[in-house]
Order: sequence, then structure tokens, then C-alpha cells
Amino acid sequence: MALIDEPLLRSATLGDRLQLAAAGSWTAPHAAGLEALIDDAVARGRKLSRVELNMAAVENLDTFGAWLLERLLRGCAEAGRGISVTGLPDRFHGIINEAHQSNRTSAEQPHEGVVGSAVAGTKRALATITQDVVLNVAMFGALVFAAMRVVVKPGSLRLTSVVHHLDRVCWKAVPIVLLITVLIGAIIAQQGIFHFRRFGAEVYVVDMLGILVMREIGVLIVAIMIAGRSGSAYTAELGAMKMREEIDALHTMGLDPIDVLVLPRVLALVIALPILTFLGSMAALYGGGMVCWLYAGMSPDIFLGRLREIISIDHFEVGMSKAPFMALVIGIVASVEGMQVKGSAESLGLQTTASVVKSIFLVIVLDGIFAMFFAAIGK
Amino acid sequence: MLSPIKNDAVIRARDVVVVLNNQTVLNQLSLDVMRGEVLGFVGGSGTGKTVLMRTILGLVPKRAGSIEVLGVDLDKASERDRRSIERRWGVLFQQGALFSSLTVLQNVQFPMREYLRLSQRLMDEIAMTKLEMVGLPANVRDKFPSELSGGMIKRVALARALALDPEIVFLDEPTSGLDPIGAGDFDELIRTLQQTLGLTVYMVTHDLDSLHEICDRIAVLSEGKVIVSGTIATMLQSEHPWVKEYFRGKRGRAAISAQA
Ligand SMILES: Nc1ncnc2c1ncn2[C@@H]1O[C@H](COP(=O)(O)OP(=O)(O)O)[C@@H](O)[C@H]1O
Ligand SMILES: [Mg+2]
Repeated sequence: MALIDEPLLRSATLGDRLQLAAAGSWTAPHAAGLEALIDDAVARGRKLSRVELNMAAVENLDTFGAWLLERLLRGCAEAGRGISVTGLPDRFHGIINEAHQSNRTSAEQPHEGVVGSAVAGTKRALATITQDVVLNVAMFGALVFAAMRVVVKPGSLRLTSVVHHLDRVCWKAVPIVLLITVLIGAIIAQQGIFHFRRFGAEVYVVDMLGILVMREIGVLIVAIMIAGRSGSAYTAELGAMKMREEIDALHTMGLDPIDVLVLPRVLALVIALPILTFLGSMAALYGGGMVCWLYAGMSPDIFLGRLREIISIDHFEVGMSKAPFMALVIGIVASVEGMQVKGSAESLGLQTTASVVKSIFLVIVLDGIFAMFFAAIGK
Repeated sequence: MLSPIKNDAVIRARDVVVVLNNQTVLNQLSLDVMRGEVLGFVGGSGTGKTVLMRTILGLVPKRAGSIEVLGVDLDKASERDRRSIERRWGVLFQQGALFSSLTVLQNVQFPMREYLRLSQRLMDEIAMTKLEMVGLPANVRDKFPSELSGGMIKRVALARALALDPEIVFLDEPTSGLDPIGAGDFDELIRTLQQTLGLTVYMVTHDLDSLHEICDRIAVLSEGKVIVSGTIATMLQSEHPWVKEYFRGKRGRAAISAQA
């Protein structure tokens, strides 16, 4: 094989001529060293009038070597120096021809300045926000239309799909929702007892826990969990389908992806979230009750009695009525983001992150709007 | 050693058995690929051509048998030996398998960046050379894989497979999805590279023209085994029904008459 000790390119100046003797393996592993030698030879060749290159001792030559040879030839030609190559083995001709034909057109990138790119960036960000709003509203509209089509013709609802998604987002989510809400309820009660005890007002813990859980925490925690658990899954699924042209395939078969993919998913979510909210709220009360009993010695009878006094059906309604709207927001955001996925794996990741962040943000904003609304109507 | 001629087999598979989902895909398969040859691999759809290629590459576990690549048994080799073998082969997957979040140019440069310490300028130039060699125009360099046509994806994937000027290239149906002229160019390119770089080519193909034009040897896979292997002349003489139908059927005859 290659003689490692042999320099890849030896140069000697003879009068006004630069004599180059090439040897060894002009291949990929040696390309870095060879590049330096070639550039050096070009620089020296420019100062002299002729360059003579003897390639006879080269044993191996691949695309890397062929290109560097081409670079040497072009470097000399640009400077107007004549170059002659001798002793080139026949077997290298094919690859050298390939190299000779390449890199003829230089692809220069247009360059924008710092200010220009900042302005362009701001413009792009604004356009993205506007586009986001438009897309979400459009998706809502499309869903309303799809729902109306189902109302007119109930047979067109993809019931199997709805049940399948209900199984995934509702039934399979029950254990984790219960676990987390029990813990949240327990923590709220523990903190309440700890502080109220100082005023001898431990029994008010039940007021705080009941109202907080029923009106706010139950639905909010469950909605946030579902946004992270199911919203992200929806985005990833739809995005992967978009990437692999499955959605285009549906279009060409005359099917509307909204009917086939989005409506069943969103519908399942709208059904699931109230159920999970109910279960979650009960679990939180249970967790809080357990802490009151074990930590503050408040017997379950007293806890339940107090709870019954405090909690009216209003509190329950306030909490539960928010759930379907939050589900709708999560479903719409997840679907819009999924449909936005471009061809790359990276964009799938970006869109999934965006889906979770946006839906959690919107769920909290929506909760705030509901709080103002209920305050206004005095509930 | 089973084979009496312990010469220059760069790939040596012996009694390979691969079972996927309780289905025996490869059954006691043996195959030699010689240095510097272009081996065409044919067989009906779903006979296991891709599975065999993936088994040689170590992507599919085998139940029995041994495979040596460049004289190294990859099952027994150390991590370092495996790495050094892996940079000496290039793979063109059936679906291209380009990195979707890198541009065309970055895809081709990826193996260079990992294995060679080159200046950015040289990497750019070499990558462009490779892209032009596979017949792509210069303006694709900054496109992402999702913006390319099927044939262009194949070409970029070939350019990436050739990035390090490997000793062996594995090509899984390289010319499917290319127009006939493009497929012809592809064949010519493979020929040039094979002659100048001494490349060994393992090519799964259904392209009868490629089989006639550039394959030194052809192997036919059926029922988990290589049933016939040899030159195109051997194929044309074979009496095995599938081989007969394949090479001497209607399309086979058209390819023969195109040669004449
Ligand atoms: N990952 C896999 N799991 C299970 N079976 C597989 C897998 N990949 C391939 N197969 C099966 O192996 C057989 C051969 O497939 P393949 O090698 O892809 O065929 P082809 O010869 O067309 O390339 C097929 O029957 C296929 O169903
Ligand atoms: Mg295949």
C-alpha cells in the first residue's frame, strides 16, 4: 500500500520553473495534509513562470486527490502560469475528468446586513403571530362545519375512531390524573392546615380546599396535564402523517382530513376532559380529606359535613363548564401545529413543543377570562 | 474456511439465518462478493434483498451463520474495528434516509465532518464535486430533503454514500424512481467509480439494463437462499423457472435486444 513516509508532494525550484513530484496515496485520509501542500504549491507557482508536475509515483487517487489536483491546475491557470502534468496513470483519467467538470459555477449567497436581518426577523415574527391566529380560527371554523355535517348526517361520524381516541386520552389517562390530583389535594390541605392552625381556624381548610379544587385547580391541573400528554401526541401524529404525505393521500381520495383525523380527536378530547376533571376533583378532595384526617385529626364526618355546607352546585358547575372549552382549545392548537409540520424531523419536534406551550398558555388565559365572566354574573 | 479460494472476498456470508416475526427470511444463505466487482442482486419483491443488505451492515440480527466484511467478522470485532470498517463502506438506503434537518450540502458533508479533519472550503468543494458527479445541479445545495423529488433524493443519498470514497458501496435499488436517461448516467457513474477507485459495488436492482450494462456478476435470491449466481450469460442459460422468466421473459428480451 501507500508509502507513508513518502511526502505527498515534493517541490523544487529550478530556474523559473517549479518542479513538483507527487507520490503516495492522494486519498481522503490524507486530504487535509495534501490541501496545505497544494495551496503552498499554488502560491509558489504564481511567483514563477512554469509549473511541472510529475504524477507517476501516485499509487492511489480518489475524488479528494482528484479535486486537489484540479485545484492546483486551476490555481496555476488563474495566475496565467503554464502547468504540465506528466506520468499520470491511465486508470485515474475517469475520476480526474469528473473533478475537472465540477465546481464550475460558484453559488454565492446573497448576504443581508445586521439591521436588514433584524428587520426581516421582526417582520417574520409578526407574520407568524398573525398567521397563527388566522390558522387557529380557521381550524375552529372547519371543525364547526365538520360538526354541523355530522349533526345533519350522524352516520358520517367516525365513531370507531372517536372511541379509539377516547380510550387513549381518557381511560388510559385516568391513573396518572388520579395520582397527581390526589397529591395536589393533599399538598393544598397540608399547607392550609399548617398556616390556619396558628389562628385555630383549621376547619376553614375545608373551605379553601373545596372551593379551590372545584372551581380552579381541578380543571386547570387536568387540562395542563392533558395538553402535555394528549395534545403533544396529537401534534406528533398529525405531523408525522403530514411528513409522509398521508394527509395529501387522504385529500386525493376525496376525504377531508378534518373529518377523518381532526374531528374524532377533538371530540374525544371534549368528552374526556370533563370526565377527567370530575375524577381529578374528587381525587383531590379525597387526598385533602386524608391529610385533614391523618395530619390534623379532623374526622371524615366533620370534613364531609363542612364540605357539604360550603360547596354549592354553583362551584361544581363553574369548574366543569370550563372543561370542554379548554379541551377544544387544546385540540385545535394541537391539530393546527400538527398540520404545520414541514418535511424535517426537527420541525416535528419544534411544532410539538409549540403545541404544548401554546395550549398551556391559552388554557390559563381562558381560565382567567372565565374567572372574570363568572365574577360578572355573580356565580 | 469453506471456500477453497481464500482470495479477495470483501464480503463473505456463510449459512446466514435471519428470522423476523417467526418468518424465516434468510435460510442458510451463503454469498461471496469479490473485491472490485459489481454484484447485481435480484429477486422478487419481499424475498429479503433489503433484509440481507441490512444483515450484512449489522442492522438486523441474525440467528445463525457468520458474515465477514473486509476480512473482519463484525460480531466478534471490537468497537474500534467496527468503526474503521464502517468508514470504509457507503450505503444508499432504499428510501434515501437523508437527514431531514440538514441541507443537501450538509448531508453530503456529514461523514467528512465526522471522520476527516478538513477545511470548510475543501469540504464544500468536495461535496459539490460529489453532487455534480451524481448529476445534480449546483442550486440544490441549500435545499432540504423534503424539497427534493424522489430521483433527486436517490442522487443525494448516493453522493452521501460516496462522501468518503469508500471501498464498498451498498446500493438498494438505486435506479428505481429515476428516468431512463438518469438511470443510464447512474450506471455510467458507478462504472467510472468502480474502475478508478477499485470500488466494490453491492447493488440490489430490478433494472435489467443495469444488470446487463454494469454488473460483473448477478446473484438471484429466492426462498431465503442464493439460488444462482454468475454472469449474465449464466443467467440466460439457467433453467430455474423464476430466473428464466426474469431474464428471458418479455422485458428481459427487450433488454437483450437493446444490447444487440
Ligand atoms: N422489520 C421487519 N420486521 C418483520 N418482517 C420484516 C421486516 N423487514 C422485512 N420483513 C419481511 O422480510 C421479507 C423481506 O423483506 P425485504 O428484504 O424488504 O424485501 P425486498 O427483497 O423486496 O427488499 C418480507 O416478507 C418482509 O415482510
Ligand atoms: Mg427492498
